Parts: sequence; C-alpha cells; structure tokens
Amino acid sequence: MTSWVWLAVALPLAGFLVNGALSLRRPDAKGVVSLVGAGVSVAAFLVSLGVFAELVARPPEHAAIVRLWSWLPVGTLQVDLAFQVDQLSAVMLLVVTGVGSLIHLFSVGYMREDPGYARYFAYLNLFIVFMLVLVLGSSLPVMFIGWEGVGLCSYLLIGFWFSDKANADAGKKAFIMNRIGDSGFMIAMFLVWRAFGALDFATIDSRAADVLVPGGAIVTAITLFLFLGCTGKSAQIPLYTWLPDAMAGPTPVSALIHAATMVTAGVYLVARTNVLFAMAPVSSTVVAGIGAVTALFAATIGLRQYDIKRVLAYSTVSQLGYMFLGVGTGVYATGIFHLVTHAFFKALLFLGSGSVIHAMHHAYHATHAHEDAQDMRNMGGLKRYMPWTFWLMTIATLAIAGIPPFSGFFSKDEILAMAFARGADLPVYYLFYGLGVLAALLTAFYMARLMAMTFLGENRTGERERAHLHDAPWIMTGPLVVLGVLSAVGGALNLPEVFGGHQALEHWLEPVTAPAAAFTRLEVPHGATEYYLIGAAVLIGIVGLVAGWRATLARPIPTARAAPPERGLALVLNRKYYIDELYDTIVVRPVVWLSRAVLWRGVDQGVVDGAAVNGMARLSQGLGWLGSRLQTGQVGVYVVLFLVGALWVLGAVIR
Amino acid sequence: MTPGMTLLGPALGLSAILFSLGVAGVVLRRNAIVLFVCIELMLNAVNLTFVALAQLHGASGQIMVFFVMTVAAAEAAVGLAIILAIFRHKQSVDLQNINLLRG
Repeated sequence: MTSWVWLAVALPLAGFLVNGALSLRRPDAKGVVSLVGAGVSVAAFLVSLGVFAELVARPPEHAAIVRLWSWLPVGTLQVDLAFQVDQLSAVMLLVVTGVGSLIHLFSVGYMREDPGYARYFAYLNLFIVFMLVLVLGSSLPVMFIGWEGVGLCSYLLIGFWFSDKANADAGKKAFIMNRIGDSGFMIAMFLVWRAFGALDFATIDSRAADVLVPGGAIVTAITLFLFLGCTGKSAQIPLYTWLPDAMAGPTPVSALIHAATMVTAGVYLVARTNVLFAMAPVSSTVVAGIGAVTALFAATIGLRQYDIKRVLAYSTVSQLGYMFLGVGTGVYATGIFHLVTHAFFKALLFLGSGSVIHAMHHAYHATHAHEDAQDMRNMGGLKRYMPWTFWLMTIATLAIAGIPPFSGFFSKDEILAMAFARGADLPVYYLFYGLGVLAALLTAFYMARLMAMTFLGENRTGERERAHLHDAPWIMTGPLVVLGVLSAVGGALNLPEVFGGHQALEHWLEPVTAPAAAFTRLEVPHGATEYYLIGAAVLIGIVGLVAGWRATLARPIPTARAAPPERGLALVLNRKYYIDELYDTIVVRPVVWLSRAVLWRGVDQGVVDGAAVNGMARLSQGLGWLGSRLQTGQVGVYVVLFLVGALWVLGAVIR
Repeated sequence: MTPGMTLLGPALGLSAILFSLGVAGVVLRRNAIVLFVCIELMLNAVNLTFVALAQLHGASGQIMVFFVMTVAAAEAAVGLAIILAIFRHKQSVDLQNINLLRG
C-alpha cells in the first residue's frame, strides 16, 4: 500500500481537473461537482488509512521513500520527485485527508447556493493535492512545491469572492506576507545545500551530526531562516497579520486551510527537521519564545473582537504559538500532538461558526435586513434555535480551554509541562511557561465570551429574523458531530502515564524524532510537580471560562448598530494594537512610494523605457537621417560619385 | 605593319577625348537633352575604340559595334520617350528640378 501513496495525491488532482473543467463549462452541474469534490477527498482518506494500517502492521526501521521520477538532475544536485512515508507523514496524511474530507462534506451544504460552487471545489481539491505534497515531500524542494502550492490555494480561496475589493486585498496580503517568509525558506535551502550537498530529509537526518557543529553558526542560520518561513506560513510574530484578514474567505476554507492544516505546516517543518533545531539551541529558544509571546499576544487581541471568525482567527494564531512553544522546547511529538488535537477542535469551532453564520445569513436574507451576520453582538441566545451547534461547539470550547478529559487539555498541558521542565536547564523557559499559562487563562476567557455572546443570554438578532434561525442541515451538522467526538476523545492519542496511558503518539513518532533525541532528552516531570502543573492548568482553564462567562453576561450587550464606541485599552485591543497601521506606515507606504516614484517613474519609465527602448529607436533614427542626407535626388551628384568610384576601382585594378 | 595601324594611336586618342567630353557633359550640364546627347557621344567613342582595335583582334570588335548601335537606337527611343513624359509632367527638362528621390 505504501507504494500506492501517490494515489492520495493523484485522486484530488483528478478531482481538481474535473471540477476545474466543470466550472468553466458546466458551472450548474452541482451534483457531479459534489460527488467528485468530496469523493476524491474521501478516497484520499481511504488511501491514507491503508498506508497507515500498513505502517502499524509493519513499523519500518527507516522511512520508505516512494520515488516517482527524477525532477532536478543538475550536476551533483539530484532532486527526485519522491514521497517519504514514515510515522510523521502518516499522521499528517490522516489529519489532512480526514479533516479535509469532513470539511468537503460540510462545504456541500454551506456553499450550495454559491454561483462559484464548481470553482470552489476545484480550488479545495487543489489545496488537498498541495498539502499532501507538502507533508509527503521527501526533500526540502519537493516540500517547497507543496508549501508554495498551498499558499496559492490559500490566496485563491481567501479572495474567492473577489468582486469585493476587501476580499481580494486580503488574499494579496496573505500571499505577499507568505512570500516574505518563503524567502527565508529558500535561503535555508541554499545553506543546507552548501553544508550537506543534498536536500533530502534522509541525508539531513543521517549526516547532520557529522556535517554540522552543534550550536554552530551554520546550523543556527539554517534553522532561523527555516523559522522565518514558518512565521509566514504559520502566522507567528511578526508575520501573523494576514491570518485574521484571511477570514474573508468562505468559512469552511478558514476551517481547513487557516486553522486545521496549512497554517500548521510550519510546525510540521520544524518537526520534520528536528535534528537541525536540536543542534541549534539558540534557534530553538527563539522558536519557543516567539511561540509563547505570540500565544499571549494574539489571545489578548481575541479578547476584544466582535466578529466571530476573527476571535477564532486570533485564537488560531495563539494556538499555533503553543505548538511552536512545544517544538521549540524540543518536544516535537508533543507539538504534533497539539497540532492534531487543534485540527479537531478548531475545525469544529470554525465549522460551528460557519453554521451560525449560515443561519444568521439566512435569517437576515429572509427579512432583507442589512445587518452583519458575523458580528456576535447581533447574535445571543442561539442555544434555543441551534442546540446541536451549541453543544458541539461547547465540546470544542472545553477542549481549547484545557478542561479534562477533552483533547486540548492533554496536548496543551504537556507543552506547558515540558516548557516548565526545560526551565531547569534554561531559566528563560520558566518565563515562556508563564506566558503560556497566562495565554491559557485568556484563551478560556475569550472562548467563554464567544460562546456566551453567541449562544447565551437574550437573542439580539431581531423579532422577525428569529423565526428563521435553525440548525444547519445534516450534511453540515454530520461532520460537526464527527469532529465533536474527535475533539472529546482525541487526547487518548497520547494519553500520559499519569492518566493510565502510555503516550502512544510520542512512541509512534519516536523513529522520526530519534535524531533530535540524541541531542536533547527531556523527561516529563513526575510526582508532586506533575500534579501541581496539572492542577494549575485545570484551575486556570476553569477560572478563565467562568470569568469570561460572568463578565460577558454581567451587562446587557448592545447590538452592533447600537454599540457605543470603544475606549481606552478596549479600543487598543479592538484595533489589534494598531499593528496593521504600524506595518502600513513603516513598510507598505515606503514600499509603495519607492515603487511609484523610483522604480516606476525613475527606473522603468526613465531608464528602461526612456534610455534603453526609446534611446535605441532615436539612435537608429538619427543614423538614418544622416544617411539620407547623401540622397539629394540630383542625378549629377550620383554620376560624380559613380565616376569617382569607377575611377578608383579602375586605378586599383590597373595597379 | 598595315597602313591602318599607324592610325591606331590617333584613333584611340580621339576616342579618349570624345569619351571625356561625354563624361564632362553628363556631369556638368543640366539639360536632359544635352545629357542624352553626351551619352550618345560616349557610346560612339567606345564604338570608335572597337573599330580601331578590330584590326588587331579580328572582326569581333566590329560585330560588337553593331550591338552597341542597336542598343543605342533602343536607348534613344526609350530615353527620349522618358524625357518627353517628364516634360509633359513638369514643363521642364532641367534635371535640377527633377529630384523626387531625395532622401
């Protein structure tokens, strides 16, 4: 089955081609589009299951490389288009195709009435293709194909409703910020090539200890540039601002690309190159530090947002920070663990918010009201009208807030515990632990606020609209139920010993993380410390939830139209610390000015068009004018010249 | 040495003078008719050379003269026709006024 892994990529690719053709020729063939779009995704999931089953049955010593063809044979650089099947890529395969299939099914209901239905599914299938290339790539360049491809699909889907300029701008913003990060990825590839003379992960893993000096400048530079790529793709400080804007796309896209899969690619990259990060403690500390700061920073912004999707977007940025705190601490399996549980509960939260927006949109549509269907101030009391959505999102909220026994508790708690344990060697990790704990408190707070504003209290949607609010159809609620179950029990994947488990995921990933384990070895704190850490984490989750719930419902909430303007700290948080404005002033405007005044008017119009293109034309025109002066039209002059020439030739011949 | 051969030098000299006169006329004069006459003069100077040298090299030179005379006759017909056409068009045969091909 392993050698058939290419089918998991080829099937969605075929789906993309079919749906792409249909979107051009038969955009109304929605039945076929649904069947093909969701079908190929489910088929890819079945292939992944087969691959996974074979790995379980016969755990290989080394990663299986499935070589398809030679891609870049350039001198000593030989890059094959090859897929690497090992424990890590198998986990990612299952997450991408599994969550991806559920979101495809949800989209069938969510996008049913959209005129761009076929185009939507074509893009979504293409995304699955590139995401699988990313996780399966056996070398940095092959991974880079997927890395860029998912960026392209992200751009296409953020700007899916491109007739609205704000959406198109959000797509451009995401694409350009990712380019900045990608430059880091490429520089890292060049450095790896210089150091190793190869770019595949197998060589990096096996030869890193011989080629590189632990803690040396080269490995530090490689890892920092790789991490620059991660900050772009995974929305970490300083390149995180595109992710909240990416919510301009359809909600299932936010769930799939901007929460569950694509944005976690950075975490996957760090886990994949774990040996390099383990050899560069400085870089690892930077990764953990950026992760911890981002987790807290984004959580504070999430406290004061009113758009339901924006709260979840900042929550995603914050949770990605946790994952980086994990992989930066050196516990790569735990980072991947949080990646998996986060994929479950955040996809559930986004799809749940999609159901809510769907219902709100229909209600306003039915009464021709022009209110914001995503503003939580217009919701409230939806629990009565959408009980399924409410209870499922409650599971996800408990999971993200870290309440046992839901999945998020285990993964988040383990990251924090390991950061705390690392503090024994490097005291700065105690600070990171503190930031993470504070972020956990805020996470519970803003999630309770979101749930309370949306589902509890009085309904603020409006008298006439209320009759139209109801749960989504089963094609949409079904995937939510599956994700709800996974969010609830996902923690069992890596149940720690203290709860009677044996850390299955961590042992499963051991062959992948073994190269790094040679450099850093961290033990889970045992005994009293462990109980203290768990107790603190649970307490903080409960305190945050209760505080968020009480604070939100303490006062009546005005609707979006009636709300007074924000003041003080609330305004700063609502405006996201003015970071967008800051970037606009110090980066965007100077670049635009430089492009217009210098590059456009100066270089392009002045040098290229003026001096080069028009200059050559003027030069030949001038030479032609000089030549034309010889042609007087006077026959006599020609005869004289002819005579002189004839005499000259004659003289030359005679002599 | 045949008696005619003593005349070879003067004949070639006369031919050179006539040819030079023709060239000078073509270069210096502006009237198309005069130009045309000068061209005829050059052709006949060449004819004289052919005839004079035929004594040394056989009859081929004299045959060539017939060709030249034929071409000259044809040229006279065509050339005069062109001059006539130009005159009808411009009311002048002064070549300085005919400079349509100026660059």
